[in-house]
Parts: sequence; structure tokens; C-alpha cells
Amino acid sequence: MSHWIIAPVVLPAVLAAILTLSMRHHPALQRVFSLAGSGAVLAIAISLMTHAATGAIEVYELGNWPAPFGIVLVLDRLSALMVLLTAVLAIIILLYAVGTGWDQRGNSFHALFQFQLMGIFGAFLTGDAFNLFVFFEVLLIASYGLMIHAGGRRRFRAGVQYVIYNLLGSTLFLFALGTLYAVTGTLNMADLAQRAAEVPPEDSGLLRVGAMLLFLVFAIKAALLPLHFWLPETYAEAPAPVAALFAIMTKVGAYAILRMYTLVFGPDLATTANLIDQILLYGALLTLAVGMIGILGAKRLGRLAAFAAIASMGTLLIALSGFTVATTSAAIYYLVHSTLAGALLFIVVDLVREQRGEIAGALRPGPQLAQHGLITALFFGAAIATAGMPPLSGFIGKLLILDAVRDMSEVWLVWSVILITSLVAMLGFAQAGSVIFWKTETPEPAPDETEPTHTAPPQPTLPVVACFAMLASLVALSVFAGSAMGYIEATADQLHDPANYISTVLRQR
Amino acid sequence: MELLTASAIGLLTAAGLYLVLRLRSFPVIIGISLLTYAVNLFLFASGRLAINMPPVLRKGVEIYTDPLPQALVLTAIVISFGMTAVVVILALGSYLSSRNDSVNIGPKAPPDEQENEA
Repeated sequence: MSHWIIAPVVLPAVLAAILTLSMRHHPALQRVFSLAGSGAVLAIAISLMTHAATGAIEVYELGNWPAPFGIVLVLDRLSALMVLLTAVLAIIILLYAVGTGWDQRGNSFHALFQFQLMGIFGAFLTGDAFNLFVFFEVLLIASYGLMIHAGGRRRFRAGVQYVIYNLLGSTLFLFALGTLYAVTGTLNMADLAQRAAEVPPEDSGLLRVGAMLLFLVFAIKAALLPLHFWLPETYAEAPAPVAALFAIMTKVGAYAILRMYTLVFGPDLATTANLIDQILLYGALLTLAVGMIGILGAKRLGRLAAFAAIASMGTLLIALSGFTVATTSAAIYYLVHSTLAGALLFIVVDLVREQRGEIAGALRPGPQLAQHGLITALFFGAAIATAGMPPLSGFIGKLLILDAVRDMSEVWLVWSVILITSLVAMLGFAQAGSVIFWKTETPEPAPDETEPTHTAPPQPTLPVVACFAMLASLVALSVFAGSAMGYIEATADQLHDPANYISTVLRQR
Repeated sequence: MELLTASAIGLLTAAGLYLVLRLRSFPVIIGISLLTYAVNLFLFASGRLAINMPPVLRKGVEIYTDPLPQALVLTAIVISFGMTAVVVILALGSYLSSRNDSVNIGPKAPPDEQENEA
């Protein structure tokens, strides 16, 4: 069992190398291997999840070095869930990329995609703070390549901005790690948790600085206001499958906040208690408001989807800022939902853009789409999911969050912001949808062109299948919300009682 | 020694930040390089400053310098080197395609052009 923990990291890494080295000029083979690899990772993720569901915490010691000295990978309920979520997302997005031909519009799409997956899986599995930094860099450097996939002037400029913003974030991450190491003398998360509790009072200020710097780094990744400026342009300009994959990238930031601030700087640690709660809460409320207003004000579909991603991070971080078992489980449920819903929105928006021809994503009346009814239904589904209306899981997620924050002192503020912004989002989506799907113009036949050039080419079915698969996963998350919440509540329990995690990693039974 | 290291890190960081805030790709890249130098020195110092000490524990060695930050710095140097190469190529590509090296994406491009590119 234990060796399987590293498989989600090793398999994409090896596959990416093979894809680059020996299949450079065989696009068909690349597609087959990339899909097969993602399928294998999905199977591994499911088996890891069934193992983690028993409540056992598995530790994988790299090079067999014991915990505080070597790097460990740790599989607990949360990391298993995140790995499975990424694996599901990845295979659907790959189907979409293959179906639309996005993967052939530039070089090395599949290799970069696999490297990105390797980084994301590693970030979720690692139990070492410096290793977390390394996996962040792995996923970032792959995302730089994916971001500018297929080229284009605006995409390049958005890419430069994205890379520079993230390089500064990485620098901050190193400063944070250096500070933490200077105070505690370790970077293993479990060991950090123990040593942070023993830090002498004269060093506690330094520990707080480290904790705060680390929070800022993760807040950049999670696009918390006012550190969200990299996101709209990046997500709007990234190729659609890449933007859909990026839906999990902001969640890496949320995951890291959740991990570090329950395990290392938990609510019980006096030095850093209540250090970030308020900042996170008010930042998240603002993030939600800005995101939803952005949906209403967006002039292009790509930016609409990007602001929807910001808004979903706002909702998620509001729940995260509670740091109780109830709020954490609501946050995790919403995290799973918003990842799938965000990705769905990005790929549906891309289908709309592709079929509208020259007018693309601009929100003004245009020609009717080739698969009009189908895509309208998909957009409707994505909008319902993102805005949080019944019957999809967005509604359940928001309900859980509203219920979980009941004990907070700011409960009325939180409730009103969440409910009002939901209304704003509905308005925004209704406006965009009606302009695109209802106010269609039948193009006047140009006199100098013959009729056959106007008939649309047959549309491939695979992209639509991928969209429906994503929608089906959201439906499944709503239908099986009971059993999902059972797992997630156990996850939150496990997170808020880190003693077992620490003793398992450090072998102190 | 401590003062010298600390002020060097501070100076590098300040200069790096200033250059990053210039928002043109060449100064920004130089600024990021300066920031990575600063962070490398900072990481190096996080294991406490010690001069002429062995980095390994052996019999008879009472005082030693912490080897772990040196390994961390090595990793950080490699990563920042790779990242700098990527950002140089990207910035060059961006400049050559749009003839504009401003990092800031303002509303300068006329709206029609935006939609065609989207």
C-alpha cells in the first residue's frame, strides 16, 4: 500500500518525460498516453481515497529517512480527497482538450499538462513545508508554459504579468520559510507543529511574522482580495482547458491555508491564535463582492468566468475563516463543488466563443450557435451551479456555509453578503445568457458568397461529452451530498485534531 | 558580520522592489533577480551565521554550521535560475509580438483589437 502514495507524483512525471522525449511528433500517441496516464492516476486516486476513508494516516518516507530529517508524503483524508478531485478534473479536461483540438494548437501541451498534475498532486500530498514550495514551483513553471499555449499577443502579455506576480509570490514564500526555519529549526509540518508550541516568548514575534508571510503567499495563490489582481486577466486569456485546470490552482492556496492553519498554527496555538481569522474573513467578503460585481459588469465571457472564479474563492475563504469543524467541512464541500463548477464554466464559455465566430466572447448580440440548444442548456447548468441555485451542489454548499457561520459574531454581515452577491451573480448570468442565446441575429447572406460556405461544419461531440461529464460530477455531488458530507465531516474532524497526524508522521506511538 | 548581512539583504530587497515597481519588463526582471539574491542570502542566514565551521557533525566537532539552509539555498538558486530564464523568454516573446514592454495591461489596446484576439 505505502508505495502507492508516491504514484500520483511519479506517474505524471515519468509520463511527461516520455511524452516529450519519444512522442514529440506523434500527436495521436501523445493523446492516447496522456489520457491513459490520467485514467491510471484516477484509479490510483480512488484506491488511495478508499484507504484514507478508513481514517488511517499513511506516511511515505522518501529515501526511507525518518520524518523530521527526510521529506515525507502524507496521505490523510483531506489530501486523498484533493488528489481524487484533481484526477477527476484532469481527465475530463483532457477529454475536452483532445475533443476541441486545443492540445494541437501549440507544442507540448500534454507534457506540460502532466507536469502540472505532478506539481498539484505533490503539493497536496507533501508533509514538508519546503517540499510544498518545490511542488508549487513545479506546478507554476508548468502553468507558465500552459498559460501561453497556442500563443497570441494578449495571451503573452497576460502570461508575463502572471509569471512576474507568481515569481514575487515565490520570493515571499522563501522569506516565510526562512523565518520559520530560523525560529523553529525545522520545516517538516508535523515537527513545525510541535516546535511552534515550544517557541520561547521572545521569539514569538518572529514566529508570527513567519506565519503571516506564509498566509500572504497562500492568499496570493487563493486570489484573496487585494492580492487577486493576477487572476482576471490570466484566467480570461488562458486557453480554455488550461483555465479550467487552473480552477484547482486557486484551491491549492486554500488547501495550504487549511493545512498550515489547522496543523501548524492551529487555533490552540496561543502565539498565532486569531492572527488571520479576521483578515481572512473580511478579505473573503470583499473578494466575494468584487467577484460577483465583476460577473455583472464583465464585457466579455472570459472575464465573466474569471470573476466567477474569484467569487467562488471568496465564498470558500469565508467558510475557511471560521476554523471550526462545521465551517471547515462546509468549506471543503464548497471547495469540491466550486472546482468542478468553475472548470465547467470555463469550458462551456469556450464552446460558446468557438461557435460564435469572429464576435467570440464579447457580450453583444451575435449569430446563433451551431449547437444552440445544447450549449444553452450547458451554460444554464454552469450558471446555476456557480450562482448557487438549487438543485445543483452550489446551493447545498452555500446552505452549508450559511448554516456553519451561525455561531460567528459577524453572522448577519456574512449572511447578507453571501445572499446579496448570489442575487447579483444571478443577474449577471441572466444578462449574459440572454444577450448571447436569445438576442441572436440571423446573419444576412452576403451577396458575393455562395450558400455552402455558410453551413457550419459538423461540430465534434467529444467537447460536449466532456462538459456533460463535468455537469454529471456536479449532479453526483448533489445527489450523494449525504455520503460526501459524511466523508468531509470526518476530514474536518481529522484536521482539527492534529495529534494523530503529528504522532504518525514523527513515529511517536 | 550580522549588521553587514542584514543591511545587504535589506538593500538588495529595497532595490529589487523599486525595480519591480518600474513595471517595464527589463527592470522588473533585474528586480526579481535582486530579490532572489536577497532571499538566498536570507535563507543562508536563517541557520545562524558561523564562519569557518564544518557543516557536518563529527567526533570532536563541538560547533558546526547548519547544513540544511545551504541545501535549501541550493534548491532555491536552481529554481530561481530556471524561473528567470523562463521569464526572460516570455518577456521577449511578449515584447516582440506586441512591441510594448510594459508589464501593466492597461486599457490601451483599442476595444476592437481586444475582441479579435480573444
